[in-house]
Amino acid sequence: MAINVLEEQVLPKMSTPRKFKVSLWRRLMTVFATVIVTGSFVFLAAMFLSIIVDVLIHAWPALNIKLLTEITNGIGGGLKNAIEGSIIMSLGSLLLAAPIGISAGIYLSEHGHGNAGKLLRFLSDVLVGVPSIVLGYVGYITMVIYLGWQFSVAAGIITLTVMLLPYIARSTELALSNIPLSVREAGYGLGAGEGRIVFKILLPGAAPAIMTGLFYAVALSMGETAPLLYTAGWSNYMWTGKLTNEPIGYLTYVIWTFINEPFAESHMLAFAAAFLITAGVLMLILVGRWYMVRAQRRMGAYR
Amino acid sequence: MKIPVFRTALVATASFLPISLLLLIIFLAVYSWPAIQYNQFHFLWTNDWNLGNLYGNPVSVNGHQIMPGAKYGIWFLVVGTIASSVLAMLIAMPIAVGAAYFLSEGIRKTWAGPLSLFVDLLAAIPSVVYGLWGYALLVPLFGHSIFPFLAKTFSFIPFLNGEAGSGYGLLTSAFVLAVMIIPLISATLRESILMTEPALKEAGLSLGLNRLEVFWHIVLPKLRTVLIGVGILALGRALGETMAVLMVSGNALNYLPNNIYAPISTMAAFIASQLDSALQDPTNMAVEALSEIALVLLLITVVVNIAARMMLWMAKVR
Repeated sequence: MAINVLEEQVLPKMSTPRKFKVSLWRRLMTVFATVIVTGSFVFLAAMFLSIIVDVLIHAWPALNIKLLTEITNGIGGGLKNAIEGSIIMSLGSLLLAAPIGISAGIYLSEHGHGNAGKLLRFLSDVLVGVPSIVLGYVGYITMVIYLGWQFSVAAGIITLTVMLLPYIARSTELALSNIPLSVREAGYGLGAGEGRIVFKILLPGAAPAIMTGLFYAVALSMGETAPLLYTAGWSNYMWTGKLTNEPIGYLTYVIWTFINEPFAESHMLAFAAAFLITAGVLMLILVGRWYMVRAQRRMGAYR
Repeated sequence: MKIPVFRTALVATASFLPISLLLLIIFLAVYSWPAIQYNQFHFLWTNDWNLGNLYGNPVSVNGHQIMPGAKYGIWFLVVGTIASSVLAMLIAMPIAVGAAYFLSEGIRKTWAGPLSLFVDLLAAIPSVVYGLWGYALLVPLFGHSIFPFLAKTFSFIPFLNGEAGSGYGLLTSAFVLAVMIIPLISATLRESILMTEPALKEAGLSLGLNRLEVFWHIVLPKLRTVLIGVGILALGRALGETMAVLMVSGNALNYLPNNIYAPISTMAAFIASQLDSALQDPTNMAVEALSEIALVLLLITVVVNIAARMMLWMAKVR
């Protein structure tokens, strides 16, 4: 009622409001910025697709069962030894890095508020930034030469471990610090000790997030080349189980050496290796994400 | 007093991280000490890397056994490393900011999730695959069509004109590096944009700015520290990148680039490619000189990372 009166009496008297006019310059700049912003995403998408499509097209003719059943010879063959080596190296480094990294993460989230914790966090952030080739070189002069292990599985695994540690520590810390304080207080209130709280309450609660971090870490270690060049060496044969004094093959090495050979067969093998490693890495990351989302949906896990 | 066994164990394992960082620096410094003494500081700004006559008899210079004629100077590596990383940053920054805006505010929330995952996947592709892609696709493409075109069109701008080269070189390396670091920058920036107080954005919107103007005039200046910090972090990554650069840089030796198409080499790529030939040196000085390069690279990246982390800490970004 009142509105009707208002409309009849007030509004007609008011002159039409002055239209807010956007200057041509501002409209031009907005259009320009929209183009830039959309263009930069399209650029990224194009790069991603071109990498995947390029690798897939070149690798397609080489993707057959021979890759899995034959070992490499100098210029061609299969990739059995390299696939085996890549899996051994990344699982081995995960076995070493996961316990250390997770305990470092527990320390950072539970006691990392003092100066020691801050320093540790800072140094592990710096360790993330150390170039992987430097890690490989240090692995070479310490383990390969000084300890006399030669090019070996152990040297490669330990070098990768140092690389993975800070990633696992930070992802674990993030996972644990998302668990509310009251959960810990409830545990202490029931008389549980610190160890019991960590193992029975915090770790199970944060398990999905920690697992996702571990998936990322495996993906990372599978894709690395530079730290392994001078620690793991290269071998055309299957691994016989010796930890030291025996080099081992891995997929990423195939990519950068075989592409420099003058033979079409070697090039195809390099692209096949690139396809396998890319597919493996992307798959691991997607599985990690999916696992996390599923756990959140199913049991309302902490992120 | 009861000894806190659990906590002691935690501290002991956690201290692996800082110890390994310190050991890295110490081992490199100790191992390269003879080379540091022999090369002095002109190592960094002289421009000849020459292993000497590897078939001759070692000679003694200043108390160090070296091969006759051996000289170690890495100015071309310093130039190549810094030029490629800075050029990569120049390419990457605008695109990363654009992509971060697009993913955080430019599209609907339901689309933002899957598309961000896609950018994360780009960050996860192994560097050697980037190298392969650069080698097989970019180098022929750039060398045959894009570089000659650029060199002709911009013939009046210094460093953009001149010999267009073969496709291997500074600009190709910078391009590949840029594609590698864009996802890193835009992921952190996207998080920070989403964390900005909505009140700020609403205030801007209520003044009549549109969303892009709000971003450009209000959000981006507020995130300046984050942007610089993430940028430096990405710079550290670009400085230390090995495999991708190794495959597309042209691996120049003792050569200073005179335009952006010229072949270069970077410290990391040089370490990876030269160890085999350095091992031929019976006096071991070449391997120690390589280790000195590794030490220089390590110190540069440590300094860069410390600077970046300081910036990010000030901006309270994890």
